[in-house]
Amino acid sequence: MDALTHFLSLSDANVRYVVIGCVLLGISSGLMGVYTLLRKRALLGDAIAHAVLPGICLAFMLSGVRNTWVLFAGAIITGSLSVYLVDLISRRSRLKPDAAIALVLSVFFGAGVLLLTMIQSSGNAAQSGLDKFLFGKAAAMLPEDLWLFGAVLLGVMVVLFFGYKEFKLLAFDKGYAQSQGLPVKALEMALSTLTVLTVATGIQAVGVVLMSALLIAPAAASRYWTHRLSGMLILSAVMASIGAYIGAFISYTKPGMPTGPWIVVVLSVLTGISMLVAPNQGLLARYWQRRKHRDKILQENILKAFYHLGERNGSQALAFDIKLLKQQREMPEIRLKSGLRSLVKEGSLLDTQFGYQLTRTGLEAATRVVRLHRMWELYLSRHLNIAPDHVHEDAEGIEHLITPELERELELLLDRPGSDPHDSQIPYTKKDRN
Amino acid sequence: MDAFWIILTGALVALNGALLGSFLLLRRMSLVGDAISHAVLPGIVVAYLFTASLTSPFLLLGAALTGLAATWIIETLNQKAKLQHDAAIGLTFTLLFAIGVILVASYTGQIDLDMDCVLYGEIAYVPLDTITLASGLDLGPKQVWTLGSLFIGLLGLLLVGYRGLSLTTFDAGYAAALGINTSFWHYALMAAVSLSTVAAFESVGAILVVAFLVGPAATAFLLTRDLKWMLVIASLAGILSAITGYYLALWLDGSISGAMAVMTGVIFAVAFVWQMWRGR
Repeated sequence: MDALTHFLSLSDANVRYVVIGCVLLGISSGLMGVYTLLRKRALLGDAIAHAVLPGICLAFMLSGVRNTWVLFAGAIITGSLSVYLVDLISRRSRLKPDAAIALVLSVFFGAGVLLLTMIQSSGNAAQSGLDKFLFGKAAAMLPEDLWLFGAVLLGVMVVLFFGYKEFKLLAFDKGYAQSQGLPVKALEMALSTLTVLTVATGIQAVGVVLMSALLIAPAAASRYWTHRLSGMLILSAVMASIGAYIGAFISYTKPGMPTGPWIVVVLSVLTGISMLVAPNQGLLARYWQRRKHRDKILQENILKAFYHLGERNGSQALAFDIKLLKQQREMPEIRLKSGLRSLVKEGSLLDTQFGYQLTRTGLEAATRVVRLHRMWELYLSRHLNIAPDHVHEDAEGIEHLITPELERELELLLDRPGSDPHDSQIPYTKKDRN
Repeated sequence: MDAFWIILTGALVALNGALLGSFLLLRRMSLVGDAISHAVLPGIVVAYLFTASLTSPFLLLGAALTGLAATWIIETLNQKAKLQHDAAIGLTFTLLFAIGVILVASYTGQIDLDMDCVLYGEIAYVPLDTITLASGLDLGPKQVWTLGSLFIGLLGLLLVGYRGLSLTTFDAGYAAALGINTSFWHYALMAAVSLSTVAAFESVGAILVVAFLVGPAATAFLLTRDLKWMLVIASLAGILSAITGYYLALWLDGSISGAMAVMTGVIFAVAFVWQMWRGR
């Protein structure tokens, strides 16, 4: 607990730099990640991250000093070059973008490693720390680094704010943006420049290999919660900063623990949670929706079986037991029983001593399903010229999906028909007549 | 003699990479190969914790299983959680790699596993670690034997499974209609990629593995449309990169694996310019 309060108070200057630095980087990459994800270039960040290394080494070899800004300039040059090459290779050859990314990534990184070892073997005293770029150096952040990170974040925010509408079009529908006369090339260039800037700074927190997580995880997580670009941007930035904060805290409590990997693990957990519990898009929500839909179909099929039994026996006020129902419609007994239970609970059936009996609401619902089924059969045979003995299967599926609006249109189109292609009566309830 | 062993090691990694990489490229899975090569790290670390040896067969097995698990996670995220494919790849391999780094950091006392070594290997040390028989006969470096047997295994797989592999690569639907088990060949390929990554990582590191998986295959892809020729050209391009890379490193006094990776890029660039010039 003591460690937590000490950490939260940010009273230690070192802790302060690490936390502020990681959060700044997290927000930049959270924002840019949304665009790379939406433009299906999620792994371009990986290529840039690897391509930054030779630039840093070259800048160091040419200048001979380990100055943040000089190295940063080198990083931007080779980073941008990698984006250009990926684009060139996938445009001017049969290679697909993913192969181009993998190729550029490994060759640039190989060049980086070659240069790095050349620097090391030349015995330059100032080189110590260059290889920190490989795995990040969050624990060794300096005030001047923070200024750089802040400047990049400010640049990202300003450009994204003023170009919000244009970038939105580009991200969701490039073809449409082009047809609207937007300068697509320039916009894409702006986005990739911002991505390169973000990656070049971001690898200082998490290192080369893990940089793509910083871009992908928060953006992917936010995609589960909302489809709106503004919402995604805010959520992604918030999640990235939470991940950076917690990751920095964990590595603070255990000395020797690397910050970058912990940030990635925390971000992955956040993404996993989003995947599971997000409304509408999450796995649980989608499982729940599927189940609800399945139950609805089951209940409607049972009601239909009641209607058919009643029709055959001349009265809808009769009670039928499970055996009769199973003869009418084949289904597993467990499913049938659970369907009956929930229908009794919602008041569509009565559980009497002679078996189950339709209530008034139950009869209405049953009538509706049968009506939809038979109207659809009639529609198929009358308007699509499908033979009457081929229409049943299709109607079996569609009867559960037709909305009240569609139902009204069908009724109008068919002119409130009396019977279906098999000469069964199409039933209407009293309420429908009014 | 050392130069010969180093180049031979590089060439064997190149051959394995060229053969597997050609199929990966045609299946649009080049990035999955990249992901696997990073994702095997936690498997290596865990297996190492149990066996305390970097050459044990359990290490190969553990890492290969992690590689397979990684491809399975990618597929699941993509199909069940509806995550777009590139994002699924990026999330999976970074998480696994991060776990690997954390494991290394937690057991620093017990693991003599240099993180730099995982990334770019130490091919220069290959000739030092040799197999010597009881009679004193030196059989050559252990790595050459491991990679060599893997290469023979791969050739065997290709001879036996050429039809299955190529059919599932070019037309999965047709292959399935013929009764070929597409997911078997998918996972067989992934297992081979994981195995060859792990076998090579100690000597050349993850980076050169990826470079050899992608570079030679991409070069061959530009030069031919025939799968058999693609495999041949990719193998030649790989061997050429290994040889020229070695001398580049010697000349510049730098990392040998780094230089070999650069040479795969240079050879690709030549092929790329040639096909652009021809296409004009």
